[in-house]
Amino acid sequence: MIFIEALRSGWQAILANRLRSILTTLGIMIGVAAVIILVAFGQGASNSVTSSIQSLGSNLLYVTPENPNRDGEIVNPSVQELTVDDAIALNDPVRAPDIAGAAPERRTAVTCTSEDRSHSTQIVGTWPSFFSINNSPVSAGAYFSNADELSARRITVIGSTVAESLFPESDPLGRQIACNGVPFTVVGVQAEKGGAFANPDDVVIAPLSAVENSITGYGEVSAISVQASSSETTDEAEEQAIAILDERHGTTEGTRDFEVFNQASLLDTANTALGIFTALLGAVGAISLLVGGIGITNIMLVSVTERTREIGIRKAIGASRRFILLQFLLEATVLSLFGATAGLGLALLVAQVEIAGISPSVVPVSVVGAYVISVAIGLFFGSYPAKRAASLRPIEALRHE
Amino acid sequence: MHDITKVYGQGEAEVRAVDGISLTVEPGEYVAIMGASGSGKSTVMNIIGALDVATSGTYKIDGVDIGDLDDDALSLVRNRRIGFIFQAFNLIPRMSAAVNVELPLMYRGVRRSERRRRALDALAKVGLADRSHHQPNELSGGQQQRVAVARALAMEPSLMLADEPTGNLDSRSTADVLDLLDEIHAEGKTIVIITHEDDVAERAGRVVTLRDGKVESDVLAAAR
Repeated sequence: MIFIEALRSGWQAILANRLRSILTTLGIMIGVAAVIILVAFGQGASNSVTSSIQSLGSNLLYVTPENPNRDGEIVNPSVQELTVDDAIALNDPVRAPDIAGAAPERRTAVTCTSEDRSHSTQIVGTWPSFFSINNSPVSAGAYFSNADELSARRITVIGSTVAESLFPESDPLGRQIACNGVPFTVVGVQAEKGGAFANPDDVVIAPLSAVENSITGYGEVSAISVQASSSETTDEAEEQAIAILDERHGTTEGTRDFEVFNQASLLDTANTALGIFTALLGAVGAISLLVGGIGITNIMLVSVTERTREIGIRKAIGASRRFILLQFLLEATVLSLFGATAGLGLALLVAQVEIAGISPSVVPVSVVGAYVISVAIGLFFGSYPAKRAASLRPIEALRHE
Repeated sequence: MHDITKVYGQGEAEVRAVDGISLTVEPGEYVAIMGASGSGKSTVMNIIGALDVATSGTYKIDGVDIGDLDDDALSLVRNRRIGFIFQAFNLIPRMSAAVNVELPLMYRGVRRSERRRRALDALAKVGLADRSHHQPNELSGGQQQRVAVARALAMEPSLMLADEPTGNLDSRSTADVLDLLDEIHAEGKTIVIITHEDDVAERAGRVVTLRDGKVESDVLAAAR
């Protein structure tokens, strides 16, 4: 009862000073909007990194050659590079039960041309299993097959960026492209993967044998992509891959001439880093919320001073301390709640916009949190002015002009 | 009111604003308290109105000793027993006349519909039924003071306490407000009016004159 009456009195005071109320609300609005938007951007960035890592295949291991350097000195001068035989060894279902497949990759930079266009990209010579290992479906056409690999046919599956660049207005399927002068027939277009790192769509994929034959020559491979049987077994698959390669290369932990990247652990690391990033952004927003809260204290103090006489009248006709306290507290709380609502509206609006390639994702917890905090701010920053109002002595307050 | 003393300051700076005043106002009386400025009448009014407590002595209203009540209890006493009419009207700006009149009832916890009814009754009684939606700054001084009277009336107090109620009014409005007080007195209400104007005091049934914080004279009108 007293609560509703105090709320009504506070509301009348807010309406009586519209401009001031709006300005106060503005402070909280900006603070709340800042918290929600910044956290949403943090989350958006996190989502985009996560999805780009996942688009590479979350159960993917990536083996690359690595010279074991210790203080600039090459420990093992007779470094063996990764070879196609290494990839074959990794496909051993007995020794590597948690490895679903492994495909060697030979990458090199090439310039590919269509009839009237040219595009600098990277060619990947690999096995057909590359597509399933790397979670890369085709959006049009087909993959090449083991038979194509055996016969070194010059056919290719091109990434979507390459397709757009070389064949902006026509269907690339069945067309010829020349990479470093070597003709390839396009049989498929890889589905767009997207990602925040190096563009995985800017690539030309062809049978390893064809690439070795006509462009790179034979020898070591650039990398071997390995697929674990599931995302839960990536750690086991990693251990098995290391054991097999150590044995083949005659290396141990200190002299290892290759490195295994684990997407799952990369994802964990990225998520941890982005979590910190998001928390930092939230903290920046929280500071502006704090400033908004101080604004409320300021305005409420002005309001108490300005309304000293009114408070005196109210007390003279029987308002209790409790009522005055409640009225001012509620006034501050209502102001900050309005600010929070306006801020939420603003944040939702801004969150529609994509900035720097990141589409913000509003986190429900930040919305609820911003509301709870703004009520707390109303209560906290309103309490000092409210206490001052409540403890005014009626005779002195009435004498106040 | 028995042997009331109010002391401001301490030691050498000590000022006895009220020095041993004893006064009894019976229900239904109309008492004027007079005195020059500095005679202690404001202090007496504050004590009677439970806005302030005496340094020593006892003050009872309806038999309740309010000498050692805390702030909130004093608020309650003012809310239940005392209807104020101030020299400066003291209506709350930007609130309609009706809401102003309702306010003390709100603090008392009277239901909304009930207090609206009582506020309109009180406004009708002071002849401002048609002004209930006007804000104080849309009303003349006399009308504002009548709203203040309505506010005091709606409280149905034990005591109506008027502090120089006509100090800010022209002679016509003064007459209006004083006539209103006469009417209210005629209905059996207890009124204490603080004034320094003789013609205002003339209307009261009893005139108490203060000087230097003491009662100088206490005369019933019939004896004059």
